[in-house]
Amino acid sequence: MIEGILVEGLVYGIMALGLFISFRILDFPDLTVEGSFPAGAAAAGAIVAGLAGALAPRAPAAGGFGAAGGLGAAAAVPAGLAAAAPVLALIGGFAAGALAGLVTSLIHHRLKVPPILAGIITMTGFYSINLRILGGRPNMPLIRNNPLLGFARTWLGSGVLQDISLFIAALLAALLVAGLMDLFFHTEIGIAMGAMGDNEASVVQAGINPVSLRSLGIALANGIVGLSGALAASYQGFADVNFGAGIVASGLASVMLGELLIKSQFIGVQIFRVLAGSILFKGLMYVARSWGYLAGITPNDLRLLTALLIIGSISVSKYAGKKPKALSRPGEKRR
Amino acid sequence: MINIEALEVSFHQGGGEDRKVLNGIDLRVPKGQTVSIIGSNGAGKSTLLNAIAGTVPISSGSIVLDGRDCGKDPEWRRAAYLGRVRQNPLAGTAGEMTILDNLALAARKGPRGLRIAVNKSKAKVLAEQVSQLDMGLENRLRENVSRLSGGQRQALTLLMAVLSHPSVLLLDEHTAALDPGNAEIVGRLTRRFIAEYGLTALIVTHDMKQALEQADRVVMMHEGRILADVSGGLKERMGVADLVELFRQSRGKDYAEDRDLLG
Repeated sequence: MIEGILVEGLVYGIMALGLFISFRILDFPDLTVEGSFPAGAAAAGAIVAGLAGALAPRAPAAGGFGAAGGLGAAAAVPAGLAAAAPVLALIGGFAAGALAGLVTSLIHHRLKVPPILAGIITMTGFYSINLRILGGRPNMPLIRNNPLLGFARTWLGSGVLQDISLFIAALLAALLVAGLMDLFFHTEIGIAMGAMGDNEASVVQAGINPVSLRSLGIALANGIVGLSGALAASYQGFADVNFGAGIVASGLASVMLGELLIKSQFIGVQIFRVLAGSILFKGLMYVARSWGYLAGITPNDLRLLTALLIIGSISVSKYAGKKPKALSRPGEKRR
Repeated sequence: MINIEALEVSFHQGGGEDRKVLNGIDLRVPKGQTVSIIGSNGAGKSTLLNAIAGTVPISSGSIVLDGRDCGKDPEWRRAAYLGRVRQNPLAGTAGEMTILDNLALAARKGPRGLRIAVNKSKAKVLAEQVSQLDMGLENRLRENVSRLSGGQRQALTLLMAVLSHPSVLLLDEHTAALDPGNAEIVGRLTRRFIAEYGLTALIVTHDMKQALEQADRVVMMHEGRILADVSGGLKERMGVADLVELFRQSRGKDYAEDRDLLG
């Protein structure tokens, strides 16, 4: 239960990190996420299944060649590929998400379509693309070569309870993504991206092409969302074409809960508080699911609760947010 | 160096007919010269700067900056030659980023890579730069720019505009939104930076006195054209009253809106 909340919070928190980039850093309200999240899951499932399916029958033959001595290297490649399947699945998840982001970015920049509509177009199209990736079925099991569970069992499994090893695996994944993001937003290009959503003119004035920079940002955001989708499929044990439904709202709720929880102007803290917000969000949802019946709340009401949570977060930050602004005024006269 | 020939800019209007905002501008500004641009509201002063910077597209004519014909280049590409400060102190900086990050962004032109933006030595260099403003900002490098006053923010914007050593500086009434004290400080910094960095500068202003004092040359615009162009000894001998009289004569009519010009 508690470890379920933590693991889910971390896995879906990576998705919220992607959302943080598009909504907060780039100021680009991006609904592509509803398509890029399942795209990441589907790509991960397909890669694992494809590598297992395509390589398994060939393995003995390849071994035969290897024994013959002539094509030893050729035999090693498939074997290496099979071992690398979990890693390739995660990379594939990232790539699939990034591709969806690029599509949205192209629709927005080339056709001058507003961000929200561009995202809706991509997400609608990707529903069918995701079904194709899944081989025409709405879902696909992801049991063997499972990146998250496999890592938890093989590297951490011995001597530790499975629940704890799973939590550590998810924590490592989330911290790695968050840490790399923190590093990225301290680089030259990361700082330019930070300025992008704040004041595009300052980026243009620095001689940077704002269209390429925004495209890169949207691709990166959706790549991270795709990676989260791949990890979610891994955690659930299957990839599902409907994984993305309602994901933007839950991601936003996580971002906003984090902002309510921890106030900071530092990008590092802003990144890590998204993970905290996501865990809190999953906790609240768990409470509503488990004990909500006491207040007459059924699982059908969870989406409504998510929406109310977002409205509540915005309201609170709107009224509480006034205070820091007012406090900052005396600072102007400090000189 | 700036070389503008037969420049025209039209804005689309609802009725189908285009309105010519710039109507055949010819302007040559040699390297290192400071030019004040004056004129009543709607004369096309700001549009001229926007056309040079690439913020508005040109209809015809040519713009050559530093020997490069860049009238068709996108705004971000032209920014490589240009520093720019607008009237609104919020326009040139990213308010939700620190002073240090803003300076790091402005310190050079062109695409960025994955190098860490601000290390210790870079921070030291930028702190020295910002201390030139004499506003104590070097002690507030980690504060967000939104916490600065309008005057401080405009001074920072000015520094950011010259930090990458552009060849041309475009200033569009950049002291008009400030109180007199801050306007004076930013005006003084402007003259200093133009001299120090050897910049070619175009300064749009409503303040005739300032226009005469701060520049080597005064260009007067009206209805999208250049009406008068005064420099050298003639400019040195002119006072504000002479400038108004010149404007009146060049235009041939006596408008009540001369008061706009006097600002």
